[in-house]
Amino acid sequence: MLPVIFVMPIIQLIILVNAATYEMKNIKLCIVDQDLSTFSRNLSSKFEGSPYFVIEKRTFSSKEAITYIDRGEITAAIIIPQGFERKIIRNEKNIKVQVLIDAINGTNAGVSQAYIISILQDYNKQILSKLLPVNSSNNGIVTSRRFWYNPELNYKTFMVPGILVLLITIISFILSGMNVVREKEIGTIEQINVTPIKKYQFIAGKLIPFWIIGLFELAFGLTIGKLLFDIPLVGSLGLVFGFAAIYLIVLLALGLLVSTIVNTQQQAMFISFFFMVVFILMSGLFTGVESMPEWAQIVNKANPLAYFVEVMRMILLKGSGISDIIKQLIAIITFAFFMISLAVWRYKKIS
Amino acid sequence: MEKEKAITVKNLVKKFGSFVANDNLTFDVYKGEIFGFLGANGAGKTTALKILCGLSSPTSGEINVAGFDVYSETNKIKNNIGYMSQKFSLYEDLTVYENIRFYGGIYGLKLKDIRKRADELIQKLGLTNVRNELLSSIPLGWKQKLAFSVAIFHHPKIVFLDEPTGGVDPVTRREFWDMIYDAAGEGITIMVTTHYMDEAEYCNRVCIMVDGRIEAIGTPSELIKNQNAENMNDVFLQLARKAKQQ
Repeated sequence: MLPVIFVMPIIQLIILVNAATYEMKNIKLCIVDQDLSTFSRNLSSKFEGSPYFVIEKRTFSSKEAITYIDRGEITAAIIIPQGFERKIIRNEKNIKVQVLIDAINGTNAGVSQAYIISILQDYNKQILSKLLPVNSSNNGIVTSRRFWYNPELNYKTFMVPGILVLLITIISFILSGMNVVREKEIGTIEQINVTPIKKYQFIAGKLIPFWIIGLFELAFGLTIGKLLFDIPLVGSLGLVFGFAAIYLIVLLALGLLVSTIVNTQQQAMFISFFFMVVFILMSGLFTGVESMPEWAQIVNKANPLAYFVEVMRMILLKGSGISDIIKQLIAIITFAFFMISLAVWRYKKIS
Repeated sequence: MEKEKAITVKNLVKKFGSFVANDNLTFDVYKGEIFGFLGANGAGKTTALKILCGLSSPTSGEINVAGFDVYSETNKIKNNIGYMSQKFSLYEDLTVYENIRFYGGIYGLKLKDIRKRADELIQKLGLTNVRNELLSSIPLGWKQKLAFSVAIFHHPKIVFLDEPTGGVDPVTRREFWDMIYDAAGEGITIMVTTHYMDEAEYCNRVCIMVDGRIEAIGTPSELIKNQNAENMNDVFLQLARKAKQQ
């Protein structure tokens, strides 16, 4: 069992961090160049030169491009209409380029669109400076961007802390959730219940081993994250572990609560699974909490995972100190007290 | 002189919804005796035993175990009893010694005492060779004997055995009963449920349960005489049949 507990998370960490990314590379494009001019060729070569795009198809018919999208062969099509160059040179207004994007995956579509727009804008600027060389120096606002805390917008940096949370959550929740109920199935719980053991002793005996495993797992995962993915560990590791220690109590107590309520491991599995999926998908691990509807954000106040994901990212990437996470800290401590009391109360020695 | 009572039960009733598992049981168990609880499957033996152990709460009735009240002094009772269930209930993923140490620890024995007594016990049971083997790797008969020894490891006043010899071969069963006699000799009161009628004859007194009621109670020889039977098997069959005719 022990190797499973440790080897599985590492594999998951490596696979998930590398796979779960919003970073788009090799977006498949179809260029529909109906103009076949110097300007249109220039524009398509801009896409060719970008590392984010691969020109998968070229055609002259927009209908054909749509078929490609329908078949899933390309993600987006850029349609440069006839007269594109002529309109530019004549300095006409409303020069149009059509962009068609396969939006089956909304997030991907959004990102693709952003990339395409930025290339088009770039090109736009280039044309303007060519045609209006005099104005070029004071041509509108020049924006320059700097991304704080993750300057290269490296998704691995963003994902590792979150996925670490996911892993220790699953391990601790499942282990504790399966535990008491397993003793019920085997029958050892009865033997324990005829002894004078106190409820809190029993619960403590169940919590502590998993608590230690959970913290170990975190240390292990952070090491892997640092060595393999070079994630920045800006903030205090002590704070990370302090928060994790309390967080684990919440999760373990919740697991034990499930375990004391149900009668078979199968039931425990289903209930744990229900909680896990809701917790994980709402935690802000994959999709930002800020963009969730208001009710979801309110529900999330009761989601311990959301706090931990947020805090992990804040401490590890931003270097937030205890005063920055005090709100989350208070919330998680409250949860811990509540859950532990509930688990102790619900565990009954008399059936 | 009145014999000292280890357990007194007056009008014990246990209902599960509308089903009456224990219907107005009244009996006493004297100190140091082997008291057998007999009955067919579902007669309510295990239910009654669980109530006496504090695993289950009675619907009504006055029950006193080892001098303590079942409702208000559950924890004191638990310190003074041992229990072994029909479901084998030591930890399969601990070794022989670890199981003994674990249960000794729960009953608050000192580690020094546990070590000493565990060594004696392991030697007595002939388990020296498998002392550090996982329990899952030793035969059932040995496990049952170990489970009984663990149940009386903390020297309880009363030990409850719920069909302790289920699935065990006749030789081991006999050895098991020797252990029960030894324990009784040390002054431990023993309350055992069984549906093996030959085992019933090993008991000092037996109580035969039919459909949740006590149908007969007394020493095996009294019961045989009263029912005009040849042996306990006949006694049991007569009583059980009578119940069905009613």
